[in-house]
Amino acid sequence: MADIFFTIALFLILLSTGGFIVYLARQHEKIFSLSCLTLFTGFIFHTLFLAIRYYDLGVAPVTSLKSSLSFFAWCITGVYLVFHMRFRLRVLGSFVAPLTAVLMIISSVIPGVDAGVNPILRSVWFLIHVVTIFIGNGIFAITFISAVMYLIQEGQIKNKTLGSFYKRLPSLETLDSINHHSVIYGFPFLTVGMITGAIYAQNALGSYWRWDPKEVWTLITWLGYAMLLHERLAVGWRGRRAALMSILCFSMLIFTFLAGSIWLSSYHTFRNLGAGAGL
Amino acid sequence: MTTIIDIGMNHLTAPVELRECFANDEGKTGAALSFMRGSKLIKECIFISTCNRVEALFTAEQPEEARESVISMFASLGGIAHGDFMSNLYVFEDMDAVTHIFRVASSLDSMVVGEPQILGQIKEAYHRASVTEKTTGVILNRLMHRAFHTAKRVRTETGISESAVSVSYAAVELAKKIFYGLEGRTVLLIGAGEMAELAARHLLGQGVNALLVANRSFDRAVQVADLFHGKAILFEEIGHYMIETDIVITSTGAKEYVITQDMVRKLTRERRSRPLFFIDIAVPRDVDPAINRLANTYVYDIDDLLAVVQENSAQRRDEATKAERIVQEEVIRFERWMKTLDIVPTITALKDSTEALRKSEMERSLPALGRMTDVQLKAVEALTVSLADKIINDPILALKGQAGRAGRDAYLDIARKLFNLDMDNQKRS
Repeated sequence: MADIFFTIALFLILLSTGGFIVYLARQHEKIFSLSCLTLFTGFIFHTLFLAIRYYDLGVAPVTSLKSSLSFFAWCITGVYLVFHMRFRLRVLGSFVAPLTAVLMIISSVIPGVDAGVNPILRSVWFLIHVVTIFIGNGIFAITFISAVMYLIQEGQIKNKTLGSFYKRLPSLETLDSINHHSVIYGFPFLTVGMITGAIYAQNALGSYWRWDPKEVWTLITWLGYAMLLHERLAVGWRGRRAALMSILCFSMLIFTFLAGSIWLSSYHTFRNLGAGAGL
Repeated sequence: MTTIIDIGMNHLTAPVELRECFANDEGKTGAALSFMRGSKLIKECIFISTCNRVEALFTAEQPEEARESVISMFASLGGIAHGDFMSNLYVFEDMDAVTHIFRVASSLDSMVVGEPQILGQIKEAYHRASVTEKTTGVILNRLMHRAFHTAKRVRTETGISESAVSVSYAAVELAKKIFYGLEGRTVLLIGAGEMAELAARHLLGQGVNALLVANRSFDRAVQVADLFHGKAILFEEIGHYMIETDIVITSTGAKEYVITQDMVRKLTRERRSRPLFFIDIAVPRDVDPAINRLANTYVYDIDDLLAVVQENSAQRRDEATKAERIVQEEVIRFERWMKTLDIVPTITALKDSTEALRKSEMERSLPALGRMTDVQLKAVEALTVSLADKIINDPILALKGQAGRAGRDAYLDIARKLFNLDMDNQKRS
């Protein structure tokens, strides 16, 4: 049952990605509305899938790379839909949808079964930890995308080669403002995620902080975002510099996510989240 | 035979750096005119120098030699070696030169086709040549008046000048891609000039709420500021006011950069790195192009804006075709006039016109004379013929006497006017 929902969600997300790309080329408003609607429907199916998984497993479905990529994609889509309601920036969809589509495809092709989970993960703190961290990541994905869009648009304006993206992309200030706001919104989620993680670790493992590589890298990433936020708010950083910094931070975040979850870490790896492992 | 020659360069053939060598300098225009007046090879001349073009328009009997001497004048005027700009020059002769000047005056050859400024600049250049330096004569006077007439027709009969595509429009579009919106922004206008004021007007139309005007002459700044309900500031205050400014439009005649990189860099912290957009309409440039490399700062000069404008100029082609047709019509009319501006055609025209006059008068008077014998009729006929011949005999002799002389064109012109020979161009009352 759950797999059918996932397949439907994947199909709808791919469909909407195609639509968003056509929209980017043709700029028909109708294509955009349809793509957005398709994405939203896909999001609902995806949500149903995750709900069923949660019900089955009893924990947030992030215990393998396969499931966490899918959860990551769900967060990005959710954040995009919220941002869309707030900023009404159509072209953002044309960048977000391909990203979620790629994550979904990877998630669907890599093998992995959440056969069972370590019972220790059945804690409300773990749930909050995972959900906030992932929402934070989803918001930072928007930060990253807006930074890339900013660099494309600024490159065109600075180099005076006003290509086809010039008309399609919004103004630099708009992109910078999305970048700015998404860091402001994303940072508390990341922070709360880290704190709840520490509380959970204290409850489950007996210590708040264990210098696990993933913890350390997350802290470095957090410091990166903290610095970006500080420079933005206190010094008045903006534009290209802030965009580059947020791209760097997001790269660290992805590195932390992949490397920390797959091979670097001791107890954050998926192997250790599975049923057979003991923490 | 007099040849009309036009030698020049424009925004298409020469880069800003080269045009700057001849740009908008009163002294250089004067030097060019007095050089050409001094040359035996050149009969009449006009020197046009604007942001986007330099043109020497002259007439000569020996086109080859005159051309060479004007090209070397260009070299000494700009302080550049001969070979360095030969590829940037164009040379038009006779009707090609006429077509070119008509097109230039009609703003068809402008960077921004249809921009209104060029006609005023050409009128100014003509005034300078004809009134101040007295270097124009019959041919160029007529040529220029026909050019103004053509420009007026193009402006009123085609939509070229109304079209939204213009440098200022492109600048506004750019501003919209830099800023979230233009409402509540502050624009600083440095220097004056039609193009800059047009850009300012466009920006104000987009909701920009504050306009600051700086000018070397404070009076002028106040004048422009009043026009737009803006605020005049002193030239020295530019640095201070730039802290609150979002868009700077520059259009001064200064030779050095008015806005230097250092000046902008120092403001970065105080401005909290807010985006700053420079629109530099001046030639020579007012804003150091290196400023474009500073963070969140964008500099577009007039050549950059040209590149932007070209994108959407497609829809103007139809109007341009119409304008080109008007130019052609006027060139043909001018060519017809030029052809008559010679001794033989003028004498023929004089004879024809007198003969036509004599005939019509004869026809009118004959009924009043009552019945006449053939002999009497012949006598009256002979009387009128000889009277007419005698009347025009001296003028014809005077014209013939002018062959090969310097004053010939003037004589021809006056003769044609006195005897109303250019029916085509006169009011047909």
